[in-house]
Amino acid sequence: MLKKISKIPFKGTEEQKAKLDAVIKECSGDKSLLMHVMQEAQDIYGYLPYEVQVMIAEGMDVPLEKVYGVSTFYAQFALSPKGEYNISVCLGTACYVKGSQEVLDKISEELGIESGECTADGKFSLEACRCIGACGLAPVMMVNDDVYGKLTAKEIPEILKKYGA
Amino acid sequence: MYRSHVLVCGGTGCTSSNSAAIIEAMESELQKQGLQDEVKVIRTGCFGLCALGPIMVVYPEGAFYSQVKVEDVPEIVEEHLLKGRLVKRLLYDETVNKDEVKSLKETDFYKKQHRVALRNCGVIDPENIDEYIAFDGYQALAKCLTELKPEDVVKIVSDSGLRGRGGGGFPTGRKWSFTAANKADQKYVVCNADEGDPGAFMDRSVLEGDPHCIVEAMAICGYATGATEGYIYVRAEYPIAVKRLNIAIEQAKEYGLLGKNIFDSGFDFDLHVRLGAGAFVCGEETALMTSIEGNRGEPRPRPPYPAVNGLFQKPTTENNVETFANIPQIILKGADWFASMGTEKSKGTKVFALGGKIKNTGLVEIPMGTTLREIIEEIGGGIPNGKKFKAAQTGGPSGGCIPASLMDTPIDYDNLTAIGCMMGSGGLIVMDEDNCMVDIAKFFLNFTVDESCGKCTPCRVGTKRLLEMLDKITSGKGTLEDLDKLEDLCYYIKQNSLCGLGQTAPNPVLATLKFFRDEYIAHVVDKKCPAGVCKDLLTFVIDREKCIGCGMCARNCPADTIVKTDYTAPGHKLPSYEINADKCVKCGACMANCKVNAISKK
Repeated sequence: MLKKISKIPFKGTEEQKAKLDAVIKECSGDKSLLMHVMQEAQDIYGYLPYEVQVMIAEGMDVPLEKVYGVSTFYAQFALSPKGEYNISVCLGTACYVKGSQEVLDKISEELGIESGECTADGKFSLEACRCIGACGLAPVMMVNDDVYGKLTAKEIPEILKKYGA
Repeated sequence: MYRSHVLVCGGTGCTSSNSAAIIEAMESELQKQGLQDEVKVIRTGCFGLCALGPIMVVYPEGAFYSQVKVEDVPEIVEEHLLKGRLVKRLLYDETVNKDEVKSLKETDFYKKQHRVALRNCGVIDPENIDEYIAFDGYQALAKCLTELKPEDVVKIVSDSGLRGRGGGGFPTGRKWSFTAANKADQKYVVCNADEGDPGAFMDRSVLEGDPHCIVEAMAICGYATGATEGYIYVRAEYPIAVKRLNIAIEQAKEYGLLGKNIFDSGFDFDLHVRLGAGAFVCGEETALMTSIEGNRGEPRPRPPYPAVNGLFQKPTTENNVETFANIPQIILKGADWFASMGTEKSKGTKVFALGGKIKNTGLVEIPMGTTLREIIEEIGGGIPNGKKFKAAQTGGPSGGCIPASLMDTPIDYDNLTAIGCMMGSGGLIVMDEDNCMVDIAKFFLNFTVDESCGKCTPCRVGTKRLLEMLDKITSGKGTLEDLDKLEDLCYYIKQNSLCGLGQTAPNPVLATLKFFRDEYIAHVVDKKCPAGVCKDLLTFVIDREKCIGCGMCARNCPADTIVKTDYTAPGHKLPSYEINADKCVKCGACMANCKVNAISKK
């Protein structure tokens, strides 16, 4: 999967850096914990910009190329920031056979962005995800932590309105 | 002592439909009524009937309330728990027989099931080790450490006939014996909980509903193979499972069931949890180990096999969650008990995640040898909306599909392989006549193209070319020659890919070509999609007798292809509309906006 690298300038705070440093200090003895550190870093910053990857590479004493390699390999690591509301539509098999592609297309049409993109005002980002495991509710989407199940494309404008679209 | 127990499902499906808020409301309502010392609320794992979630069961009556809402809680407390009257409108209708409540075990959904791996799911509180122990938990480990030699444990597992539940079906006992036979200063046990097949959630439910059982089984495996450390590699997308696993490990350490000198036997065992980060290929055992080591999850060529050279280059035994979930019961009840279930070569039970076009979506555990017809028509309750069954997809992106004509095949490893399908990890997605099989094949190929790690060319390039050919077919530009090319390329990829992902990636195409070739031919020769899914092959038509002439379709058409005709149907005041098929972009906006359902796609 090709990842979109953000052009938005990095705006990390000292507080965030202190948190990451603490994680790195705890894990730097064991290089197999690299992914764990990256997951923590993504929790702290919301995504993994170049600057954060450099901090991790130096702190863990691994080449930056390796950090970048890992960050681009796994779907979970984001190189661009997500919107205030991140919408993920499940495209797992159970959801797909029940029409989740139509749901995704409808959101895409309403927000004017493709999967993997963020709206210009930073409010919404959209992504297609693999099975969140709520197959009994198919088709399913999540807006941040809110789960919407048994969806139809028709309900989408109403749901988006709740988040101020 | 509590006089009633309220069990509320805390699995992912029910949590998604707000079961956490129901538990909260229940607890505060019980406080309000002064019942907090008489009624206990327990958050359990998955009951299996996810279609009816959120689920609440009240004991001792065994009343099964389905699709409970927060607003219903005061009524349940007031009527049922205070006054002893069941809230009939919320009872699952299959459990109501005249005025009596039937046991859940007698309903069609549960009747044919036999729960071994899922035995504690929906029964105990997964965050409480005492409840697990009360259901014979850690007794199997105690038996192994105090009564059995490591080789005896391997023998019991071998004799039981248990085969790997992750999809491959390799005999578990033999796997353990390979690792046991290798001498090394350090060996490992790895649990594969990277359930990547979209539409499968068996492993997640076991981890969420009965995490201690995996901890116990891994310690048993460690003892049998001579390993003192274990890793559980679990998807980061399963936050509830991760949390409960960590709680289980902490509790087991506190009780001395993990750590040094367990049961005074001199055996040490420690467990670590590692999170995946969303890569399907990490379900392959060598890729999973590479990922635990902190690298890109690329597979390694085998041999050497993990039993010789696995995690951190040490001998390693890797099993899937469901495989481990069977182990404690096999040790306690014996190999013969386990081998008495199932078919000749596939023993025991298998958990399936039923999904798609089926009434009772959820988790089912059935003895091997049950037919697909029993699973779909009896347990699953059939296809909703009066539609016809077309196929069941098993094995996810690596599997195939079972058509209606083979519905009576007893399901086990070998029968499924014989019909060109595979058991897979247990996802079972039902499709009806509205699903296009070419489109489904394309869906899975899209998935594998995304998930191919890129290390070997047959998989990286081959799957991409396959997808392009399928795209050509679904857009109406395919030829009969393409079908032959498609098949050739499938076999080429299967034979030449490095790991299981590539070797099985063409399966969805091969299986659909085998059983639904007529659908491919309809796409190629007639340029039609019989199921009405592939947009490029559809024509939208307005039924001029039904059209009331409101013009909604024309106003919503982005391409201005809909015009008024001079025909007015009898009984209507306005002339009907028609679509200019040549200019139509097939977006479906007209159909979505028609109030009288006069527009159809063909």
